[in-house]
Amino acid sequence: MIYNNAIPAMVIGLPLLAAFLTPLIGMATKKGRNVFVLAILVIEELLVIILAWHVFTGNIVIYTMGAKNPMAAVPAQAAVPIRIVLEIDGMAAFMGLISATVSLAAGIYSIAFIRESNGKTRYYTLLLLMLAGMIGMEFTGDLFNLFVFLEILSIASCGLIAYRQHADAVEGAFKYMVVSNIAALSVLFAIGLLYAQYDLLNIAAIAKVMQYTQLDKIALVLFVAAFAMKCGSVPMHFWAPDSYSTAPASITAMLVSASQASLYALFRVSFTLYGNIMNYHTIGIAIILLGLLSMFIGVTMALPQKDIKRLMAYHAISQTGYMLLGVGVGLYLLGSPNFSTYGIKAMEGGIFHIINHAMYKGLLFLTAGAIYYRLRTRNLNEMGGLGHTMPYTSIFFIIGALAIAGIPPFNGFASKLLIYEACYKVNPILSIIAMLVSILTLASFLKVFHSAFMGPKMYDAKEVPKSMLIGMGVLTFVIIFFGIFPGWVVSHIVHPAAMALASKMEYIAAIGGG
Amino acid sequence: MLLTGSGYWDAVSWIIAFIVICVVVYIIRALGKSGYRKEAEEPFFSGVELPEEKTHVKASNIYWGFIDSMKGYYNVMEKMHDGIINNYISWFVFIAVLLFIVLFAEEVIP
Repeated sequence: MIYNNAIPAMVIGLPLLAAFLTPLIGMATKKGRNVFVLAILVIEELLVIILAWHVFTGNIVIYTMGAKNPMAAVPAQAAVPIRIVLEIDGMAAFMGLISATVSLAAGIYSIAFIRESNGKTRYYTLLLLMLAGMIGMEFTGDLFNLFVFLEILSIASCGLIAYRQHADAVEGAFKYMVVSNIAALSVLFAIGLLYAQYDLLNIAAIAKVMQYTQLDKIALVLFVAAFAMKCGSVPMHFWAPDSYSTAPASITAMLVSASQASLYALFRVSFTLYGNIMNYHTIGIAIILLGLLSMFIGVTMALPQKDIKRLMAYHAISQTGYMLLGVGVGLYLLGSPNFSTYGIKAMEGGIFHIINHAMYKGLLFLTAGAIYYRLRTRNLNEMGGLGHTMPYTSIFFIIGALAIAGIPPFNGFASKLLIYEACYKVNPILSIIAMLVSILTLASFLKVFHSAFMGPKMYDAKEVPKSMLIGMGVLTFVIIFFGIFPGWVVSHIVHPAAMALASKMEYIAAIGGG
Repeated sequence: MLLTGSGYWDAVSWIIAFIVICVVVYIIRALGKSGYRKEAEEPFFSGVELPEEKTHVKASNIYWGFIDSMKGYYNVMEKMHDGIINNYISWFVFIAVLLFIVLFAEEVIP
C-alpha cells in the first residue's frame, strides 16, 4: 500500500501554495498557468484517493502540524493536543473525495468556459483557495481551524460568485458574503463558548470532556443554525438561488460541494463533538424537520422557475433535504437497538446521497453553463431545440436529470432507495414525502429538457468545446459507475463514512492523551 | 448488489432485464404490418388542424395548471422569497431562537 504520512498536510498545503503561485506563473505564461492549475487538481485528486483508500481500510489518519512526530497528536509532556491536528476518518476522507473530484471536473471545464473572460488568473487562484478551504474544513480536527477554513472558503467563493461583475452577480456575492459572515461569527462565538469552559480547541479533546452545560447548549444551537444556513437548509436557504444562479457554472458546481462541506461540519458537530452526551432525539427530529422542509419547499419552488440555474439551485436545496433526512433519522436512532438495523442504513442513504448529489448536481450546473456559453441566456423561455445541435450536452443533461429524479439504474436511485426504506421503518410519512418530492423533481427536469433541448431548431448553437465536454464527462462517469455498482460503493466508501460518523469514541481514541 | 436492509437492489440485473424488454418490444414491432397509410401517422390535435409553422411550448406555460391550483401556497412562498437580505438573516435568528427554546424546554418537559 502506497501511503505517506505527510499526505494530509500535502492535500491542504498543495492547493493553498498553488493558489499563491498561480498569479506568478500567470504573469509569465497563460497556457502554463492553465497547465499548472490542472496538474495541481489532478495531483490533489490522486493524493485524496490514496489517503481515502488508506482510511477506508480501517485507519484514522492523524497529522499534527509542526510536530516532530506528526502522528502523535498529544505532545510527550502534555495531556491534551496543543497544536493544530488534522484528523481524517472515513467521513472526512469521503468528503475530501467529493471536493477533489468536483474541483477537478470544474477546473477542466473552466479552461474553455472562461477563455473569453478577463481576470482568469484571479479566477484560478480563487478556485484553488476554494478547494483548500473545503478540504481544510473536512480534514481538520481543530475547531478554530475549522473556522479559519470556513472563512477561506467563503471569501474565495464570494469573489468567484461576483466573477462576471454583472449587477446580479455582485448582488448574489453580496448576499453570500452577508450570510457567510453571520454564520462564521456564530461559529466563532460558539467556539469561544467552548474554549472558555474547557481551554481546548481540538474536537476530539472537547468531545472527551464535554459536560453539556447551558453554555454548551448555546454553542450547539449556534453551530447547528450556522451550518444549516451555510448548507442551504430551508428556511435559511434564500441566499442559495441568488448566489448559485449568478456564479459561473463551474463555480456553482463547486458551491454545491462547498455547501456540503458545511453539511459535513453540521454532522461532525452533532455526532462527534456532542454525540451521545446530548439528547439526540431532539436534534435528530430538528434535522429531520429541516430536511422535510428543504425537500418540499425546494422542489415546489423549482417548478415555476424560468431561470435554468435558479431552478437547479432550488433543486440543490431540495436534495440537501434528502441528506438531512437520512442522517437525521440515523441521529434520531443513535444509541437505540434499531440503529444497527435501519438507523445505519438511513445514514448510509443520506451519506451516499451527498456524493451522488455532488456529482449529478455538479453535472447539471455544468450543462446549464454549456447552454449559457452558447446562448448567453439562462431564461428557459428563450431556449429550444438545442438537442439538434448539442447532442453530447443533451445526453449529459438527460443522465444528470434521470439521476437526480432517482430513476434506475443511476446513482440517485440507489441512495434514495436506502433513504425510503430506512425512513419507512421510522414513519411511513417520511418516505411518502421523499417519493413525492422525487416525482416533482422528475416533472421539473422534464420541463427543462422540453424547454431547452426539444422542439424545432431555434439556434445554430454548436456543441461546446472539448474541455467542457471532458469536465462533464468526468462527473458522468462517476454517476454511471456509482449507479451500476452501488453495492461496492456503499460497502467500500459509504459504510466506513457512516460508521466513522457514528463511532464518536474511535474518533476520540485516535487522538490519544490522558 | 446493494443490500437495503429490507431487500436488495441489483443494477446489473435491471440493465439486463431492460435490454431484454427492449429486444422483445423491437421484435413485436417488427412483426407488425409493413404497409401503412402516411396520414394515419398524423397526431390527433383535439380535432384542430395542425399549424404549418413549427411551434414550441415555452417553459412558462408548462405546469400552469399545477401552479394555478397552488396559487395560495405560491403567494406565501413569493412573499417569503422577497430577496431582502435582512429577512434572510431574520429567518436564521428565528431558527436559532426556536432551537434554543426546544433545547431548554427539554429540561422542563422530560
